[in-house]
Amino acid sequence: MGKHVVAAVSELPPGSRRLATVRGRPIAVFNLDGEFFALVNRCPHQGAGLCEGEVTGLVTADGPGRYRLERPGEIIRCPWHGWEFDIRTGQSWCDPARIRTRQYPVEVTPGSTVVKGPYVAETLSVMVEEDYVVVEV
Amino acid sequence: MNALSPGAVDCDIHPGVQGIKTLLPYMDDHWRDHMLRRAADDFDLASYPPRSPLVCREDWRPPQGKAGNSLELMQRQALDAFGLRYAICNPLYGGAVAVSDAMGSAICRAMNDWIAAEWLARDHRLRASIVVPAQAPDLAVEEIERLAPDRRFVQVLLPAAAELLYGKRYYWPIWEAAVRHNLPVGLHAGLAYRYAPTSNGWPSHHLHDYVAASQVFEDQLLSLVTEGTFGRFPTLRIVLIESGVTWLPGFLWRHLKTWRGVRPEVPWVDRPPPEIIREQVRLTMQPFDAPPDPEVVARVVEQIGSDEMLLFATDYPHWQFEGMAAVPAGIPPAVLRKAMQDNPLATYPRLQEAL
Repeated sequence: MGKHVVAAVSELPPGSRRLATVRGRPIAVFNLDGEFFALVNRCPHQGAGLCEGEVTGLVTADGPGRYRLERPGEIIRCPWHGWEFDIRTGQSWCDPARIRTRQYPVEVTPGSTVVKGPYVAETLSVMVEEDYVVVEV
Repeated sequence: MNALSPGAVDCDIHPGVQGIKTLLPYMDDHWRDHMLRRAADDFDLASYPPRSPLVCREDWRPPQGKAGNSLELMQRQALDAFGLRYAICNPLYGGAVAVSDAMGSAICRAMNDWIAAEWLARDHRLRASIVVPAQAPDLAVEEIERLAPDRRFVQVLLPAAAELLYGKRYYWPIWEAAVRHNLPVGLHAGLAYRYAPTSNGWPSHHLHDYVAASQVFEDQLLSLVTEGTFGRFPTLRIVLIESGVTWLPGFLWRHLKTWRGVRPEVPWVDRPPPEIIREQVRLTMQPFDAPPDPEVVARVVEQIGSDEMLLFATDYPHWQFEGMAAVPAGIPPAVLRKAMQDNPLATYPRLQEAL
C-alpha cells in the first residue's frame, strides 16, 4: 500500500469526478460535497468502465407509484447495464452484500505534508500552498 | 410408478359442473327464473372444451356427462387411489368470467354453495376454493366475506387472466380481503377470452392456446411484482395452478437480470424479484412439463432455488399423466415430501385446523 496524490483539491470541485491511474489501476475519484471517495473503475458485473456512467440520485418509494429521489449525486450507474453503485461505499444497490466495486481510502493532505513524503505524485507537481487528494492503493 | 407418501394433499382437483341445472337449486328466484326462461346454459370455460382429451383422462371419464361430475368416481379414482389426506376443489365454470358482473356473481355464489352442500359435506377430505367474479373486485370481495367464515374454503380462485393485469390497483381490494382472512389466491389456467390470450392476438389452435398459457402466468407474476402488489401485501400468497413448472427458472433469471438494470423505474421493488417470488408464490405440480429424464427434473428443481414452492397436485380428472405417475421421476425425495405435505399445510393454513 502506498499513498498516491491524484489531484489538487482545486481541480476536483464538488460534484465532479476524475479518473486516475494509480499503480496501473484505473481509479475514479469523486467529490461529494467536499467529501472524497475513490472506486476502482471496473464494474464487477462485466468489467465496464463503471465510473464513466451517469451520476444520479437514489430513486426510492413509499409504496407503489410513490417515487422519491434521495441522495442526489451519490449513485453511479454502470454505462453498460445500468447497475447502480453507491459512490460512498462501492456497494451495488441490487445485491449489496455480494456485488460491490472496490473502494480505496482517500484523504485530503496539504501540499506542505505531501512534499515531505512518502507520497507518490506520478503526474503532478506539488505546491506547498495547495491541498491534495491522496488515495491509498 | 411413484411411491406416494400417504397423507398427501392434492392442491388441484376438479369437480365438474354438469350444466347450469346443477346450480339452479342454489340460485335466488330471479336467477333461477332467468336461466330457465332463456334456457341459458353452456357456461363452460372456452379454455376447457368438455370433449378435449386434456379435460379428462380416458379411464377417468364418467359413463355419462362431464368430467369430474361424480363424487363417487372422484373418491375411488383420486382420493382413495392416491391416499389423499385432503384435496382442494377448484371448479372451473363461467361465473368467474361472465360479461355481466351480476350474472357472474350469481353463478359464483351458486357454485360455492353447491360445492359446500354436495361435495364438502359428503367427504371430510375435501376442501374448496372460493370462486369469485374476477370482473368485479367489489363483488368478489363480497363473496370472500360471505364464505370466509366457512373454514372448509381454503383459497380464493381467479382465472389466470381477467380484465386487466392483476398487479393493477383495480384488484387491490381482492388481495386485501384474501390477506384479511389469511387465504391464498389461486390463479388457475383459463381466461375470459374477451382479450387475446397471447400478446399478439388470437391463436388458431387449442395446441397454441394451452402451451402459451404459461406466458399468461409469467405476465401476471411480472405485473404483481413490478406494480408492487407483493410489497404492499407482504402476507399475500399467490398459487399458480396448472401453470406448468419448468418455465420458472429461466423466467426468474430474466426477471432478475433486467430488474438489476432498470430498478429505479420500480423503486418499490426493493429486493430481487426471485426472492419475492420464492417467498410469496407457489405452483402446483401438474403439469410439470419436463422430459422423462430424472436428471433434468432434478436440475430444474435445483434451479427453482427453493423447496417451499411446489405443491403436489393430480389435476384430476385432467389428463396430465398415466396410471399413478402423478409426480415426474427425479424430484428429490425430501423436496417431494415437502411438496406433498408441508408446503400445502403452510400455504393453506386452514388445512391445519380441526373442523
